[in-house]
Amino acid sequence: MRRSIGRSGSRVRAVLVVKDLEARRGRRVLFTALSLAAAQGQLLRVQGANGAGKTTLLRMLVGLSTPTAGTVLWCGQPIAGQREVFHRDLVYLGHAAALKDDLTAMENLQAMGLQGGDRFSPPEAGTALAAAGLRGREHLPARVLSQGQRRRVALARLALSGPRRLWVLDEPFNALDTAATEWLAGLLREHLADGGIVVLTSHQPVPVDGAHEQVSVPL
Amino acid sequence: MRAMFVRDVRLALRRKADTLGAAFFFVIVVSLFPLGVGPETELLRRMGAGIVWVAALLASMLAMPRLFADDAADGTLEQMLLSTTPLPLLVLAKVAAHWLVSGLLLVAVSPVLALQFGLQGPAIGVLLMSLLLGTPVLSLVGAIGAALTVGVRGAAVLLSLLVLPLVTPVLIFGAGAVDSAASGLGFQAQFSLLGAMLALGLFAAPWAAAAALRISLD
Repeated sequence: MRRSIGRSGSRVRAVLVVKDLEARRGRRVLFTALSLAAAQGQLLRVQGANGAGKTTLLRMLVGLSTPTAGTVLWCGQPIAGQREVFHRDLVYLGHAAALKDDLTAMENLQAMGLQGGDRFSPPEAGTALAAAGLRGREHLPARVLSQGQRRRVALARLALSGPRRLWVLDEPFNALDTAATEWLAGLLREHLADGGIVVLTSHQPVPVDGAHEQVSVPL
Repeated sequence: MRAMFVRDVRLALRRKADTLGAAFFFVIVVSLFPLGVGPETELLRRMGAGIVWVAALLASMLAMPRLFADDAADGTLEQMLLSTTPLPLLVLAKVAAHWLVSGLLLVAVSPVLALQFGLQGPAIGVLLMSLLLGTPVLSLVGAIGAALTVGVRGAAVLLSLLVLPLVTPVLIFGAGAVDSAASGLGFQAQFSLLGAMLALGLFAAPWAAAAALRISLD
């Protein structure tokens, strides 16, 4: 199901670089002169108290918010100048699960894929949902699913992300039970082993083993 | 882009109450006028086209705030901004789906309402055509307003204040075409102008709305 990303293909080595980033909310400075870099196979965990600007940072990394100062570079180019190329390499899952209450889990997953430019066949989507622990609930409307189950539907998108190298996840472990946490950790491990990059916010330590480089970004 | 269109139409069909609400509003507002004005056939016939057009304008504003608000609330809008499809095309797909389920319904019931005012056959035909050309313009301009007011409290009122002054030309030429037809004059000029507005709207509105969405979500 997963297409390998290829660590040493013909493609340019993917790196996410952030230079002197600054964010303000009104007069308050959330963070300033923030620089970081993430190479392939690295997991970046952004830590900080509530309101420290974790979500703001992630939104800036994917280009949803414009930083007050500084730039975000993907493969050496500013993301604002190569939006479509960058979006083809990106999976972003925000606070909200982006599910439509009136669509079924399956339809939601397929709609999410199409929006990102991927077509998931029903068997593909079904397998991903089953792996997410939603076997037998594929055709229930999202409105009857619990908070954790909704989260699982959104995260099932990761299992089908194909050759997208950068995952940016806002609190992916929220509302997940032990089994789902283990499932998600497995997805992250596989992605990192494939040479992907993960940037996430999380209050708990991320349970991926030490073989992968984990970098903490305190805010 | 097609996926967006299909998804929106499917969502609208699963929530029929919202979709039909605007059409019922349209029917009720138009039906109130004969009751308020009284049974003066000649007066009603002269006012008919204008009333149907004003009611169509108000009814299409009623459904407009929801165009992006639901997507903004559940996070779908963020995903739209990060899509590999250019945002203006997604906006165009959403507007097309919105018009198909709300605007087209207004157009479809308008001949019945025109009969209430004693409009004659040819005039009804012209009214239908003018609405068919005009209501997509209302949806397109409304989309710019809806994009600007995403996440704003009291968006519905603000949206109407923003958009209604902008769409007065559509009202003037739409109702004007019917009047000309009823008095035996040509109505090609009005139709050409409505068509020109539609072409301009189709070209410019998706870009403007996409830019407004990026600003609103920043």
